Amino acid sequence: MSPLLLADLTVFTLALLVGFEVISKVPATLHTPLMSGANAIHGVVLVGVMLLAATTTDVSGYILLAVAAFFAAMNVTGGYVVTDRMLAMFRSRR
Amino acid sequence: MNTAIHLVYLACAVSFVIGLHLMNAPATARRGNQISAAGMAVAIFTTVVVLVRDHTVTTGAVIALVLGAAAGGLAGLIAARRVQMTAMPQLVSLFNAVGGGAAALIALGDRVVSNQAAVTGVLDVAIGGVTFTGSLVAAGKLAGRIPGRPITVPFGRPISAALTLVAAALGVWFVAGDANSWLLGGVTVAALAVGVLLTLPIGGADMPVVISLLNAFTGTAVAMAGFVLDSTPLIIAGGLVGAAGAILTKLMADAMNRPIIAIMAGGYGTGDAVAVTGGSGSAAVREITADDAAIQLAYAGKVVIVPGYGLAAAQAQHEAVALAEALTERGVEVTYAIHPVAGRMPGHMNVLLAEANAPYQQLKDLEESNPEFARTDVALIIGANDVTNPAARRPGNPVSGMPILDVDKARSVIVLKRSLGHGYAGIDNELYADPRTAMLFADAKAGLAALLSGLHAYAS
Repeated sequence: MSPLLLADLTVFTLALLVGFEVISKVPATLHTPLMSGANAIHGVVLVGVMLLAATTTDVSGYILLAVAAFFAAMNVTGGYVVTDRMLAMFRSRR
Repeated sequence: MNTAIHLVYLACAVSFVIGLHLMNAPATARRGNQISAAGMAVAIFTTVVVLVRDHTVTTGAVIALVLGAAAGGLAGLIAARRVQMTAMPQLVSLFNAVGGGAAALIALGDRVVSNQAAVTGVLDVAIGGVTFTGSLVAAGKLAGRIPGRPITVPFGRPISAALTLVAAALGVWFVAGDANSWLLGGVTVAALAVGVLLTLPIGGADMPVVISLLNAFTGTAVAMAGFVLDSTPLIIAGGLVGAAGAILTKLMADAMNRPIIAIMAGGYGTGDAVAVTGGSGSAAVREITADDAAIQLAYAGKVVIVPGYGLAAAQAQHEAVALAEALTERGVEVTYAIHPVAGRMPGHMNVLLAEANAPYQQLKDLEESNPEFARTDVALIIGANDVTNPAARRPGNPVSGMPILDVDKARSVIVLKRSLGHGYAGIDNELYADPRTAMLFADAKAGLAALLSGLHAYAS
């Protein structure tokens, strides 16, 4: 394994552990917003699509890029907006 | 410059962790999501800076990127703003599908998949492909476009197994050195087919578990895309989401007392699996009018409302909360007992009731609610079925061992339901034949409105 891959693997493993630790305490009330919020976070895939653009130089690549950008942007904007809408509704006793 | 960019990405990753952490409590959850969104905006902006600085992006790529992202962002925004809270699960599932699709496309589009990234590239298209079609089918089922009952494809399982083997073989071939993008394409096609075959046979009742699991899949696929591109933010965010989805999946599966493997095997809830045990007396149930039920509620000391999918389907959350408020004004103690798998996604009931302004302090989960039923005068069940079936305490039927709400411990039970129809488990609910149970046959919305007007007419 190359040092680069090892470093990535280390980061991934630690991220998994942090995820388990941070999320295992969430009350059932918040399960839907949490899932939706996590869903929005994987919208970071848009960053990946943008990085991919740097190496794309042919027409088939452009088409694939446009579709990927459409998917990723939908994931990230929709995910955050819908989560915010849900959470705005959680309020305390008036 | 590169150091600065890495540090900014690191800060973004930290904001995702802090954001998720703040989502632990209702009071801070919204701020948590906003912090996470701010981190995301910074990550995207930083990437723009990187691309502009490097000057390596062709004009065509810029056009494709901008057009695609603008259209997708707009579509996501409109869908997220317009969606009704009852339709939330299918929208989340759709967003999950496109996230997985984008992750898979990254590995397909990356022409410089180096040797070290080959394994993760294969994993990316495999997981991303499965989650793309799987989430689309799940969304279709949740939206009612695809029948919610388990759909058995002839030879579905052998075909899935064969496709998995083919994908694995192509993947190994690709990793072993022949970096031909057709091999990766073959893996993708197989994964897309497996996603459909995997989700179709799973019944509607198991959807909360399935969408959690698919969420975990997408997180993992995004992390794999991060390996392919050697991009730390993708690896960290993907890992976080993968872990979150895995935990939620386990919580949901535990709440139904069914192993995840059994859920994924599908076929649950066909209704023909096990003969009905106990009193199948659909004739023995006692009916009650809305007015009588209203009077019973009005003079109770403590009422526990048990909402289920029927409430969500009828969009009756506002009526339920209006009834609860009217009862509270009369001095009745009202709480909501929410089963972890009530509704169509984890915590779905909480969101609906929150939308209708129910104070979250009144929303009680399974563990908090069950000791309360012994001192409850009336348990009002609105469109919930299997999660209240006492048969779960006995072995030998489809709901055996599932933790249930102990509504039968209450002094009396009113079930608001359209008919004596079965829940997703496909068996009779013994609760309905209990002498202390009264059935109010109505659509949840109409029934609650009738209860409310009965309350005003007879008990004010």
